[in-house]
Amino acid sequence: MPKLLIRNGRVMDPATGFDQVADVLIKSGLIVRIGPNLHATGAIAFDATGLVVAPGFIDLHTHLREPGYEHAETIETGTKAAVAGGFTTVCAMPNTKPVNDDAAVTRYILEQAERFALANVLPVGAITENSEGERLAAIGSMKAAGAVAISDDGRPVMNSRVMRRAMEFARAFDLVVIDHCEDLNLSAGGDMHEGEHSVRLGLRGIPSVAEDIMVARDLLLVELTGARLHVAHVSSARSLAMIAEAKQRGLPVTCEVTPHHIALTDADLAGYDSNFKMKPPLRSAADRDALIEGIVSGVVDAIATDHAPHPGSEKMQEFEKCPFGVIGLETALGVALKTLVHTGKIPLMRLIELFTTGPARVLGLSRAGLEPGAVADLTIFDPELIWTYDVNRSFSKSKNSPFDGWTFRGGPVATVVKGRIVWQRSQERG
Amino acid sequence: MRAGLLGIEHLERAEIEAILERAKAFQPAQNQPFVKLDTLRGRLIVNLFFEASTRTRTSFEIAAKRLGADAISITAAGSSLSKGESLVDTLNTLAAMRPDAIVMRHSASGAPHFLARHLPIPIINAGDGTHEHPTQALLDARTILDHRPTLEGLRVAIIGDIVHSRVARSNIFLLSKFGAEIVLCGPASLVPPELARIAPGVRITYDMREAIRGADVIMMLRVQLERQQEAAFPAGEYFQFYGLRLEHLELAKPDAIVMHPGPINRGREISSEVADSQRSVILNQVENGVAVRMAVLERILG
Repeated sequence: MPKLLIRNGRVMDPATGFDQVADVLIKSGLIVRIGPNLHATGAIAFDATGLVVAPGFIDLHTHLREPGYEHAETIETGTKAAVAGGFTTVCAMPNTKPVNDDAAVTRYILEQAERFALANVLPVGAITENSEGERLAAIGSMKAAGAVAISDDGRPVMNSRVMRRAMEFARAFDLVVIDHCEDLNLSAGGDMHEGEHSVRLGLRGIPSVAEDIMVARDLLLVELTGARLHVAHVSSARSLAMIAEAKQRGLPVTCEVTPHHIALTDADLAGYDSNFKMKPPLRSAADRDALIEGIVSGVVDAIATDHAPHPGSEKMQEFEKCPFGVIGLETALGVALKTLVHTGKIPLMRLIELFTTGPARVLGLSRAGLEPGAVADLTIFDPELIWTYDVNRSFSKSKNSPFDGWTFRGGPVATVVKGRIVWQRSQERG
Repeated sequence: MRAGLLGIEHLERAEIEAILERAKAFQPAQNQPFVKLDTLRGRLIVNLFFEASTRTRTSFEIAAKRLGADAISITAAGSSLSKGESLVDTLNTLAAMRPDAIVMRHSASGAPHFLARHLPIPIINAGDGTHEHPTQALLDARTILDHRPTLEGLRVAIIGDIVHSRVARSNIFLLSKFGAEIVLCGPASLVPPELARIAPGVRITYDMREAIRGADVIMMLRVQLERQQEAAFPAGEYFQFYGLRLEHLELAKPDAIVMHPGPINRGREISSEVADSQRSVILNQVENGVAVRMAVLERILG
């Protein structure tokens, strides 16, 4: 593999606070040196003048749909979309068919990734067998096979006793438990956030309390078991407040929010467009503001996409029949810049942290820095690039995005995984 | 309105006034046979009913025919709609028939909005799920105006399963635009507090007597057991606390009228004595259904 010299970019690393115009020299997939005016004979040069060079973005919450739902997405197409969004690493959620609930499935995902993925794929194992919420999955062997966390995402464990056992077990293996907090009895039949807009539109509601109750339960179980808990896609102000309070007391709890929950609200469902239908649902403006405030205050550890592909045929139905979920890998950075940085809420360095060291800390990963010797996973983006998202040109197999047609200021330009440029924004796409 | 009629919420007050005024011209004169018009001759109107309906479907059919249009009705039973055909495929099939307008009834809220986004044909919402039923609100307003000079300042009590009622929603939006005072009443789980925020002038009480006190109009709603996912109130207590009986009428204004969109459940939400009383204008509502729908069709297609 030839050397790669990324020249003259604004190198920003939240792990150290480093923020200078510099060159980055990469050899054999590793960062060799960072500094001004580096020279390397025979190196491929990439001119990053005016661009930000950051550690590779990590998405804690991606549905790659393989195995089992390859009509919606594959490891290949999903990671293509990932790198086009600036992500060098994605965590693959276990709700595939079969569910990733034992080492054989975990290994299969990693083998497929080895062959087809452009980004690093970190499998997340299930908490219970087939995510049915009853018997614990083969957590230890999945970890040994490469699982980085456990979660019954989408089919959360309702039985508190089972969740307690899972946390005890996960603690012993030092695995973080990622929970999609939703009381399935309270949310049953709901299509959108319960509030003024659901009542106005005649759609059945999913109350915030369906999320809050499970967050409260999980925090109590963390206190009991000492397990590390990561709350996925927090959408409610009340849930976030409980997480903030738990963190203050020193509980090992982290959380993520999605780009769509900070950019959109339940008012955006007025057109009954199923590309705005996901779980947890888009909530009220007050909830959205609280999430943004949580990012500013530091309670939120990471931005995660919850990229959830569904083919057009499934989203082109009556609203109540459409499945939950939206894609988000390619728009995450644009949406986050628009909502958080251009509005002056947070500095650029904090934004990068939310995509890099933040998620790395959640998983307990050592990678994510820009120091010599580190794996050369880099996200190169132009903070001023004006571009418009056309979902029909998405690398994802599915086109269910609420951000189709949005114009963004700032977006990925090139993505480096293990020292190789795996994606570059082509001129005509700009 | 050329684009169709999806709901009352986003309709201008002037537009509503124009329809109500025009509908008056289409009301049947006493003991006179109806003269068939040819305003819409050669136009094709498809009535697409995914959900059972008697009065709405027939009155749309009659309205179309009286205006000289060709009307065909497709109902769920006995058509491809009941054979698992998806909404998208139905939509494509219909588009190929090139109708001038589609009148649509569907059990899913937002289904006509979905159709309207994908078809360049005016869609008239004949009731979508638990969302809106705009022509019902228009005919209710026409009926009230046949008994009152104006909607302004009227006190209207809407009683029953409000959250599942498309009739209630459209009526709330319409009456609010005209400055009526709207009181909603029913079992708490069927009348969530957020309803008070969907339009100005709406308030909520869980006490039926308070709702009716001083009312000009009492609108009763059908208990929609089919839309309730669980028991939202104790079985058997509905009529006792939220059923309209003769003694309630004494609390209302002396000339108050009682309305119901039908079909009525005698003994559940309304007693037979009230349904058949002089105060009841339920049959006027049915008559006005044709007149108002003629006005709507004429406005969209004329």
